[in-house]
Amino acid sequence: MLLMRSAPIEDVPPIHEWAPEDAKAMGAHMMQIHQELTDRGELLGAEGLTGPEAAKIVTSDGATAPVVTDGPFPEAKEFLVGFWIVDVESEERAIEVAAQTSAAPGPGGRPTRRPIEVRPIMNMSAPDPAL
Amino acid sequence: MTERTGVEDLLRELAPQVLGVLVRRYGDLADAEDAVQEALLAAATQWPVPRPPDNPRGWLIAAATHHLMDMWRSDEARRRREDLDAVREVTAPPEVSNEDDSLALLVLCCHPALTPGSAIPLTLRAVGGLTTAEIARAFLVPEATMAQRISRAKQRIKSSGVPFRMPTHSEWGERLRSVLHVLYLIFNEGYAASTGAEVARSDLSGEAIRLTRVLHTSLPDDPEVAGLLALMLLTDARRPARTGPDGELVRLAEQDRTLWDHALIAEGVALISAALPRGAVGDYQLQAAIAAVHDEAATAEQTDWRQILALYGLLERMTGNPMVALNRAVAAAMVDGPDAGLALLGALDGRLAGHHRLDGVRAHLLEMAGDVEGAIAHYRMAAGRTTSLAERRYLTTQAARLARTARDPRVVG
Repeated sequence: MLLMRSAPIEDVPPIHEWAPEDAKAMGAHMMQIHQELTDRGELLGAEGLTGPEAAKIVTSDGATAPVVTDGPFPEAKEFLVGFWIVDVESEERAIEVAAQTSAAPGPGGRPTRRPIEVRPIMNMSAPDPAL
Repeated sequence: MTERTGVEDLLRELAPQVLGVLVRRYGDLADAEDAVQEALLAAATQWPVPRPPDNPRGWLIAAATHHLMDMWRSDEARRRREDLDAVREVTAPPEVSNEDDSLALLVLCCHPALTPGSAIPLTLRAVGGLTTAEIARAFLVPEATMAQRISRAKQRIKSSGVPFRMPTHSEWGERLRSVLHVLYLIFNEGYAASTGAEVARSDLSGEAIRLTRVLHTSLPDDPEVAGLLALMLLTDARRPARTGPDGELVRLAEQDRTLWDHALIAEGVALISAALPRGAVGDYQLQAAIAAVHDEAATAEQTDWRQILALYGLLERMTGNPMVALNRAVAAAMVDGPDAGLALLGALDGRLAGHHRLDGVRAHLLEMAGDVEGAIAHYRMAAGRTTSLAERRYLTTQAARLARTARDPRVVG
């Protein structure tokens, strides 16, 4: 799974402050990655998440009514923006996709270099017949 | 993929034969494969129940050819090539047996230019006769994703220009190895499945065994084909004992051996016993021999570890595979004590650094050696690194059990 977080990056302002053509170029770059993953039969799913303004945090003890608060905490500097689930042949390929995503163009076409987290997904398989 | 009727079984048996005929006549795997899928669909809906037509193979060849011609006629660019292929048909090789067609198809689908991720679904569809939806379900990916993989695999074969024919004598060894590797991977995909959403996958083991049986029928004298079939049967025989009531993993040493399928074990042992003396010993035969030694022990204590240690030694020399070396270390610990095993692990730290299996085996051997703290630390490390939920659960439980004994020595895990 490739995870994209919102975190301030040096020299890159928030996207709503970009020039329209820069935002458009970024969108086109991401669409291109999406298309390539689809064509190669590697994409299992991808979602973008709404901003933290629409998030709720739920806590429950299983007995009384759950406690629902707005969150993530408004002051948090970092939150999950979206994710891709890909099924690729190797870790190298997953890193290649993450690198393409990280290199998405920012203001003036310069790569944003946003960090992308790559995490293997757990499965229900028993990995070794000798076990 | 479960509960197949007689007609479905018949269709799956005929699918590779019909596809073989079309590819040999018209030389285009991608289009022929689509046409055969259409014909199979038509058969499934049009054949009278319960009796299929008198000549089901002829019916399917005619229907598939009809679909193929339709596809080509509807495409202006294709028409020119149809003329070319009409010429090719004149020079096509003489009729060959169904078995040879199926074998040539299997060899084509397992072409070394394809990655396993492409060769596996293509083989399951073209040779196994499974639908794209069934394959997608078995691999837990969306159907569109799987369709795209199969289509790319077909395009790749097309652009590689590999002819549809049996490989020449000099190519044969390498091509057969690719086929065996793909069948082995299909089996493992299914064998690893244990519970819930993964159940559909377990049918993959059955499919791999079926295809390997067909291959063994075509090549009865090849000892590695026999070795692979034996390995699958001897491994699959343990399936009923491999998971507990809650889907948890039950290790070989703790399995209830009365649940093992003894008919499969007898068949596997007979196969490997006949193959080994032929002399051309390969790694599938050695793995099957190891599985046979395990399966022939009535209890875990009766396992002939000395023989297993010797077989892993041969296998390691043949393959140089560090995972084999890891298993040899376990066998060495069982024969000569945990320190002997731990000494062998020391040599693997470089090649298997960060691999959860190395941590798991080290934890197990440290526990045998009485180093509880070391064992706990390595069980936890292994649990953090594995991608298998079932294995993580097992490793975490081991660490927790040891931690409790360490706190209170009176409680015996």
